[in-house]
Amino acid sequence: MARMINLRIWRGDSKEGGLQDVQVEANEGEVVLDVIHRVQATQMGDLAVRWNCKAGKCGSCSMEINGKPRLACMTQVAAYGDEETITVTPLRAFPVIKDLVTDVSFNYKKAMEIPAYSHPDELAPGEARMEQVDVERSQEFRKCIECFLCQDTCHVIRDHEENKKSFAGPRFFIRIAELDMHPLDTLKNRKRTAQEEHGLGMCNITKCCTEVCPEHIRITDNAIIPMKERVVDIKYDPARWLGSKIRKRDGI
Amino acid sequence: MTDLERHSYDVLVIGAGGAGLRAAVEAREAGLRVAIICKSLFGKAHTVMAEGGAAASMGNVNDNDNWMVHFRDTMRGGKFLNHYRMAELHAKEAPDRIWELETWGALFDRTKEGKISQRNFGGHEYPRLAHVGDRTGLELIRTMQQKIVALQQKDGQQYGSMESNIKVFAELTVTDILKENGKISGAYGYWRETGAEVLFEAPTVIIATGGVGKTFKITSNSWEGTGDGHALALKAGANLVDMEFLQFHPTGMVWPPSVRGILVTESVRGEGGVLTNSLGERFMFKYIPDVFKNIYADNETEADRWYADQDNNRRPPELLPRDEVARAINSEVKAGRGTEHGGVYLDVSKRLSAEVIKKRLPSMWHQFYELAGVDITKEPMEVGPTCHYVMGGVEVDPDTAAAVGVPGLFAAGEVAGGMHGSNRLGGNSLTDLLVFGRRAGIGAAQYCKSNGKNPVSDNAIKAAAAKIQAPFDRDGGENSYSLHAELQEVTHNLVGIIRTATEIEDAIVKIADIRKRSANVAVSGGRKFNPGFHLAFDLDNMLLVAESTAKSALLRQESRGGHTRDDFPGMNNKWRQINHISSFNGAQVNVRQQTLPMLPKELFDLFDVHELEKYMTSEEIAKGGSN
Repeated sequence: MARMINLRIWRGDSKEGGLQDVQVEANEGEVVLDVIHRVQATQMGDLAVRWNCKAGKCGSCSMEINGKPRLACMTQVAAYGDEETITVTPLRAFPVIKDLVTDVSFNYKKAMEIPAYSHPDELAPGEARMEQVDVERSQEFRKCIECFLCQDTCHVIRDHEENKKSFAGPRFFIRIAELDMHPLDTLKNRKRTAQEEHGLGMCNITKCCTEVCPEHIRITDNAIIPMKERVVDIKYDPARWLGSKIRKRDGI
Repeated sequence: MTDLERHSYDVLVIGAGGAGLRAAVEAREAGLRVAIICKSLFGKAHTVMAEGGAAASMGNVNDNDNWMVHFRDTMRGGKFLNHYRMAELHAKEAPDRIWELETWGALFDRTKEGKISQRNFGGHEYPRLAHVGDRTGLELIRTMQQKIVALQQKDGQQYGSMESNIKVFAELTVTDILKENGKISGAYGYWRETGAEVLFEAPTVIIATGGVGKTFKITSNSWEGTGDGHALALKAGANLVDMEFLQFHPTGMVWPPSVRGILVTESVRGEGGVLTNSLGERFMFKYIPDVFKNIYADNETEADRWYADQDNNRRPPELLPRDEVARAINSEVKAGRGTEHGGVYLDVSKRLSAEVIKKRLPSMWHQFYELAGVDITKEPMEVGPTCHYVMGGVEVDPDTAAAVGVPGLFAAGEVAGGMHGSNRLGGNSLTDLLVFGRRAGIGAAQYCKSNGKNPVSDNAIKAAAAKIQAPFDRDGGENSYSLHAELQEVTHNLVGIIRTATEIEDAIVKIADIRKRSANVAVSGGRKFNPGFHLAFDLDNMLLVAESTAKSALLRQESRGGHTRDDFPGMNNKWRQINHISSFNGAQVNVRQQTLPMLPKELFDLFDVHELEKYMTSEEIAKGGSN
């Protein structure tokens, strides 16, 4: 049942590196992370790779497999042809630390820039009442396992380091959308700050993020587009624009 | 040492799972400066894998529920070996801890009235588990991760720097907890990314490192579950209590081999999934132990009726506590009635529609579809026992989570012992880590009030640094990967789900041998993000844990909860009064017996005395409680 496969692994660090070919055994049902671990245990003891749960729930083993951003624990070896070489490389949008491990601290910095959930003062613990249908909108985005594959594939930052400063990326657009749609959150203007401070406007809805999401979150359709529409409504509808000036509307 | 990276804090929290983050929030809100240290990236801790829910007697679905019912269920599940005070605090405080999460932004599934929905689970008398589909752990960890960010943002506004008073040190391994003059003084470790060493000076350390599953071959635990906190605590002079009790979750995946052990949530059974053997027999009816006969249905018709009418029917035996179900599956497979790949069938497709399954068990559907090519809305899953949780852990004071014997050291969550007795009920771990994480934060804050800085000596630093360098200086020594694999074989085969004296004795010898050889582990490559190097330290921790487990298991001559002895198959009421206390003398783990504190009268009286007679000796019953 076991067969030998060709694995091509990027090895190196921030200064230099390149692809190395190895032959490794693969058993029935194994995923790419399994064969990487076998290489680690038998041929390259210091091969760096992140992983945790090995069940698609923690989002640690993000890498690019034959050029596509994927979770190595959820990618079957059998999905590739018998003769096909499987090439594994680190996430391209982030600086390499070593081998398949990249510096994803960009994402944690962005997380700190988004104002936290704000609970209504008058609502004591245990008093909240919400309809299931209302919490489901935000729950879809809270499924996010922070694998950052959406960030990696997003062409606004993938090859444009200069955009990182002003662009939070799809992971944090769904975070903002989640808070914006949270039935109890009291902070206003989340959509407007998404546009003005977190670079929502730079997204041109090519849906690449949605395609790579291992949790199948409809990032573009359910988070980004609805926020963009509301922002546009307010910004370019002259009557609303006037209204916003007269009555100091908030809550966009 | 002049260029050594140094930090000074009031509290070090080691571990960023649920317990660690809850402790950090509490300590920061008490005004302390807090460092959170974790081996992985922030937000990846094993808590994300918790699927079913968090048990709290809010009574939202069945208003007969209250803390006393929850307390009783917890004690029964643990076969009365639980520390009564921990079980009491847990049952009383769990609802507040869940509601509190809602004020931090958590979004649990709702009832029709808009309250937090609660689901059925093994061993819980009423629907009790607050949940978010089958990804409850992710919701907990994300909520607390975001709460930490909220605290950082508040500090940013007040002090100008978001990381001034609470900072996360991610991908950092702690190799030593340091003491001076008998009290905690800090911790030493290295950045996994660079291998560079770091000294933390702090008068309090909260250990919240989770479990030990990676000591075993088949486990639901991630690579992080290497018993670091258990071993660090032992080495710092703390005790471990009852390390023989390991929970083998009845339902792990068994096929394909690469996913063997990955958890299949108990919610599948809570939502109506049934277990059958290769003959198509719903076998759990044969395995209802006497102590549970009055609350579990002994026939299919009644069990099936329970899903619609819980007040007038007994529960299906698929929802027995985990130890019972795991042993039953093990027996079926051993008797030759297992599936093709050595498990049993778990089927939810006949009770629920495809749409409902995908809604209530989304990640299970996903996991089986993507990893095993099985569509659980149409066909059964193959499942078998997997090492899931350690009930044993650091001996603590229940109220403050302070580790017994080491001033300044605290432990909470899975790494702490006592709460769950000999077997944990599903859903109790998520509330355990909230209740005792918070208490550890309070405990540390109180300790800090009367204990200031305790400077680390140069000698302690030198010793800690030498230990980290050692594996690089050895030539041609042992390979940490192969030693780890050997250890996993030994524990799996000799101290696994069913144990006997001769096998455990064999295990103790073999573990000692691996430990001797591990002193000679050599590492190839440099210090920079080198997993072989990282494993060398994890291995050392796992070996101490395995030694403690094997030695405790040999002493306990009975079968109870997560400890089953083939040579002592029954539960013995005399053994219920005994805790096994592991300590470390620098060379080996020693285990001694200690009397378990007796329930006070007010808790004793919560039970029907005839039920207690099944667990306690006649002398204990005659006393009727400790006061």
